[in-house]
Amino acid sequence: MENVASGNAPIVTLTDAEKHFGPVRALDGVSLSISPGECLGLVGHNGAGKSTLVNLINGGLAPSAGQITYTDALGKDTLNPMSAGVRSVFQELSLCPNLTVAENLRISHSDLKGSGWRRRAREEISAALDQVFPGHGIDAGIEVDQLSIAQRQMVEIAIGFSPRGSTARLVILDEPTSSLDAGIAEQLLDHIRTFCAAGGAVIFITHMMGEIFATASRIVVMSDGKVVADRPTTDFTRQGLVDAMGHVAANSDPETQSEKRVLTEEILRTPQGLSAHRGEIVGLSGLAGHGQAEALARLYFESTSSWRSLGSKSQMVFVAGDRGRDGVLPLWSILRNASITVLGQGKWLLDHKAEVEFGKTWKERVGIRTENIDNPILSLSGGNQQKVLFARALASDAPVVIMDDPMRGVDVGTKRDVYRMIREEAARGRTFLWYSTETAEVCECDRVFVYRNHEISAELTGDDITEDQILAASFEMQEA
Amino acid sequence: MQTKYRILLPVISLAVLLAATFWMQPRTMSYFGVNLLFNLAVPIALATIAQMMIIMVNDIDLGMGAFVSLVACVVATFLHDTPVLGTFMLIGLILSYAAMGALIHRLELPAIVVTLGMSFVWGGLALFILPSPGGASPGWLRALMTSKPPLMPMAVVAAILISIVTHLLIMRSGIGTVLRGVGGNTRAVQRAGWSVIWLKALAYGLAGLFAVLAGMALVGLTTSADANIALRYTLLSIAGVILGGGEFIGGKVSPTGAVIGALTLTLASSFLNFMRLNPDWQIGAQGAILILVLTARLLFAKREVRT
Repeated sequence: MENVASGNAPIVTLTDAEKHFGPVRALDGVSLSISPGECLGLVGHNGAGKSTLVNLINGGLAPSAGQITYTDALGKDTLNPMSAGVRSVFQELSLCPNLTVAENLRISHSDLKGSGWRRRAREEISAALDQVFPGHGIDAGIEVDQLSIAQRQMVEIAIGFSPRGSTARLVILDEPTSSLDAGIAEQLLDHIRTFCAAGGAVIFITHMMGEIFATASRIVVMSDGKVVADRPTTDFTRQGLVDAMGHVAANSDPETQSEKRVLTEEILRTPQGLSAHRGEIVGLSGLAGHGQAEALARLYFESTSSWRSLGSKSQMVFVAGDRGRDGVLPLWSILRNASITVLGQGKWLLDHKAEVEFGKTWKERVGIRTENIDNPILSLSGGNQQKVLFARALASDAPVVIMDDPMRGVDVGTKRDVYRMIREEAARGRTFLWYSTETAEVCECDRVFVYRNHEISAELTGDDITEDQILAASFEMQEA
Repeated sequence: MQTKYRILLPVISLAVLLAATFWMQPRTMSYFGVNLLFNLAVPIALATIAQMMIIMVNDIDLGMGAFVSLVACVVATFLHDTPVLGTFMLIGLILSYAAMGALIHRLELPAIVVTLGMSFVWGGLALFILPSPGGASPGWLRALMTSKPPLMPMAVVAAILISIVTHLLIMRSGIGTVLRGVGGNTRAVQRAGWSVIWLKALAYGLAGLFAVLAGMALVGLTTSADANIALRYTLLSIAGVILGGGEFIGGKVSPTGAVIGALTLTLASSFLNFMRLNPDWQIGAQGAILILVLTARLLFAKREVRT
């Protein structure tokens, strides 16, 4: 890697940067600067604001308040992250699968032109791959969809570090090792250390504690959109780091503490180890995207959508969290949206009178705030739409309710109403499987399964369900 | 399937069909015979390339046939009578195609609906210009399309030329690579700092350009035009792209394959004529050939997954 000479002026400086999405403060006044030679480990639980921070730094989002300034390689101030040499490697893969490895470099390197650009692109990407992952065995002329997930990740990282007509000075790596095996990950960590020693800077987001301690020179801990700790790595211990992350205020009001229930018969058990008893509220936790939603979807589809499943009467209902994709029927009225599960049970024609009656009952029970239940569903706020989806699920007589992060973007008042409903229904013998990205919600459950890398890493019950325990199980504590 | 191998199946299908045609009607195996067989393939090949530009960015154009008809009407009237005005009109049509692409992207409209709606606009304009069949081909265009180059007939020369030019443009040039990238992963292209709206406008503009060339080639061959002259090009062009190894989504297209696909479709109808098949059955038989080739492709793809 070329030596990046520009003294010690910070590459990027954030001053009281804020980012709001509507009423949500994703980033709440962050001041941070990153200098050449630093490897910054960025940690925090889901929704702590890591991704927002990264998107502000790489220019993907504009800050709502505060300032972000960059210094380019010549020591001049600039407002353009590209000219300051800021590069990002995203967690979800962002290559074009129909193009070759070399052609993908062309997408992010617009100076590659004129005759012979294909040859130059192949040379540049091969050199970058050789440098980061010696012995990678990836042909630059092969199409990306022919590569394995790990190889794609390697290509993406190599494109991040490749010169691309200037020099990479600050590379942001968001969970770069999530799909790499240990040996390859070690090569990457080596490269990060060399890169930083030569004067480059790296922001490194990972859930692997070992990797953070092996590479980062400084650790920044985020929580609720704020930086809660920013110290050299040597000042942290592993336990201290987990403690620093877990400062979500534990403000559960006393009435929400569910009394200990006697365990009844087990009604559900999957080969992966997920299990539930009658009347139990089972939480699925862990970092977002570690297989919780997939586990629930698999469970649900196996019981309802398999053509071999017994009878037409479903044993499970599903409450969607991604309302637009999985839940709401956007052109229908509130009533129709709620009554869809109880329609057509044994009858050929709709019973309109019963439907109106049904609407009245459930409007009261879940407290949907609208004058007229025949209004279109999209006239409701997000929280009220979610209540309609709950009504849809609870109106059926299915004994198991599956909830895929249903409280996404829901206001506090609605949440409280829904918690109350869930506890009432559970007391009547319904079982809930509840995936939530909010640790406080998961702490309300009777039993919690923590997922990591698409597997259950811990099963917690009773008093073991604490924020610390969940965090500890979400993060890899051993050496990478 | 890798790009290298994606071209194999279209080549094989064309070769098999060509061999069968020669076997059934040996007299077609001559300079004149081949020219007759493939003459009408040139405008279809150009329209297929135009359709490919749009499929490349994950859209589909249902107005291609109507647009080529409109171009043919403009060529047979304005370009023949007042060449300067005619040229400006054709340029205007290309620009309106580019604008349509930008609009589709900007307003997040489904291309299938917009192009279908626009097809009625094109059709109406064509009827307005040429209410009854007629017009005349500009002399130079007629001369170009009926010229007799040495060694190979014009139809073959044109097909080779079209496939080389579009291969360089789409597969080899930097901007062509970025355009295919839009079909592969729009967000990645956007994140790398490209303006996707301009890229979409460019892809649609290129489609407009090749559709204009298709209309010109058609008038050069038929010497007159009609508002409905090319309506069947919509489906022929889509079939040609797919037959040539392209895919509806994901930016996987092959210009050479598209040209070969257009040749195969043209040849298929001649082949069925030689078989003395009742014309009532021809459309169905053409469909059967299409299904046969696509099945073969699916089987190849499946085998590749298994190994």
